[in-house]
Amino acid sequence: MVFVEVLVQYFPSFCIALGETVKLTAISLICATVLGVIFGLFKVSGIPLLKMIANLYIDIIRGTPLMVQVMIIFYGLSQVLRPYGFSWGDIGGNFTAGAVTLSLNAGAYMAEIIRGGIEAVDKGQMEAARSLGLPYGKAMSKVILPQAFRTMLPSIINQFIISMKDTSLISVIGIRELTQNGKIIAANSASRVMAIWLVVAAFYLVVCTVLSKVAVLVERKVSYGK
Amino acid sequence: MENKKILVKNLKKNFGSLEVLKKISLEVAEGEVVCLIGPSGSGKSTFLRCLNRLEKITAGEVNVDGHPISDPNININRVRENIGMVFQHFNLFPHLTVRENITLAPVELKKMDKENASKKAVELLERVGLADKADSYPGQLSGGQKQRVAIARALAMNPDIMLFDEPTSALDPEMVGEVLEVMKQLAADGMTMVVVTHEMGFAREVADRVIFMDDGYIVEEGTPEELFGNPKEERTISFLNKVL
Repeated sequence: MVFVEVLVQYFPSFCIALGETVKLTAISLICATVLGVIFGLFKVSGIPLLKMIANLYIDIIRGTPLMVQVMIIFYGLSQVLRPYGFSWGDIGGNFTAGAVTLSLNAGAYMAEIIRGGIEAVDKGQMEAARSLGLPYGKAMSKVILPQAFRTMLPSIINQFIISMKDTSLISVIGIRELTQNGKIIAANSASRVMAIWLVVAAFYLVVCTVLSKVAVLVERKVSYGK
Repeated sequence: MENKKILVKNLKKNFGSLEVLKKISLEVAEGEVVCLIGPSGSGKSTFLRCLNRLEKITAGEVNVDGHPISDPNININRVRENIGMVFQHFNLFPHLTVRENITLAPVELKKMDKENASKKAVELLERVGLADKADSYPGQLSGGQKQRVAIARALAMNPDIMLFDEPTSALDPEMVGEVLEVMKQLAADGMTMVVVTHEMGFAREVADRVIFMDDGYIVEEGTPEELFGNPKEERTISFLNKVL
């Protein structure tokens, strides 16, 4: 079993790489959720300027590939902003650039998910909350968003899983996460290339499975009175 | 003026180019129960929703409890605290228990701490006959029970005025009575009420004044005896013939 052999031999290095993948995913998803809520709320705000800003952001992100985005943000911004004393190296290097890219990318998709979730809540809920004297923000945070969250949850989990796997594209700027780690090992051990990539795949599969299981638990937790 | 709770003068409401309310004027005194009747599409609900500005007011003046609602600069949230509203489809918050539905606004708006609000919620639930449902979720209640909780929720802010938008229209017939009973009690306690309703029996029995609306106008108003017993306008007569 070459698979087991590779797994055992490179286990420590894959574990470190897995750590990078998980770290990149976790940081990006937290930021993406914040971005998603902000721009999702912009979209349902009914204020034309905010709506326009949100649409522009979402259209640009959705209309371009992630790998190109990370090139622009890592290499492009470095070049353009260097005269102003900016360097990715000062703020965490390629990992930060990768996290920023993935956050912006997932944030745009999350914004659409959150907008959809908010719009799926019955209009009467906002009216009832406002009629009690609750200001818009309180009505949104206490009444609308908790309900929207429940309908959004499957789509959010889906986005989390997609973003987790998208970290492999970020390897293009040299972050040694799972995929990059696989590339490096494969380069030195060409005869076992199949086994190496199967090990890489297995790591992703494990993380995704864990994420899905957590999702089921959360979904069960937020179902009310049914 | 002193005891006028609601003062409406030349109220107009357009949805785009559609004129839904055409110059409505109305006064409601403290403790008065006014029922709005009329065919669907006549503007009754829209009128009611203008009273707490759930609908933007196109033109005219609306004054509730001394606050000029039609003035875009007033703090509408403050005014709404004093105007309870009950909706046709209940609009209970499904993710909160009955108790939390009732305590949400008083606690969030810092009218009461959690403990007192909860105590008050139980009192209100007793009043509507649902004390045992405090920890149920709305999804576990019948329509009539939901609407009684909705009334309790609206009362939690201690409003001076209650607006009812077809509160029994979405209920199964056997549940209409329990909701009307609560409303009657409220009327008897001296609450100022404006009720959009198709329950002519309720209007006849409880209303101090009945208003017939059609096509964005107030066509006729009077005491229940006058309006049901001796309607003067052609449109009122034809409407009453259809529903009675």
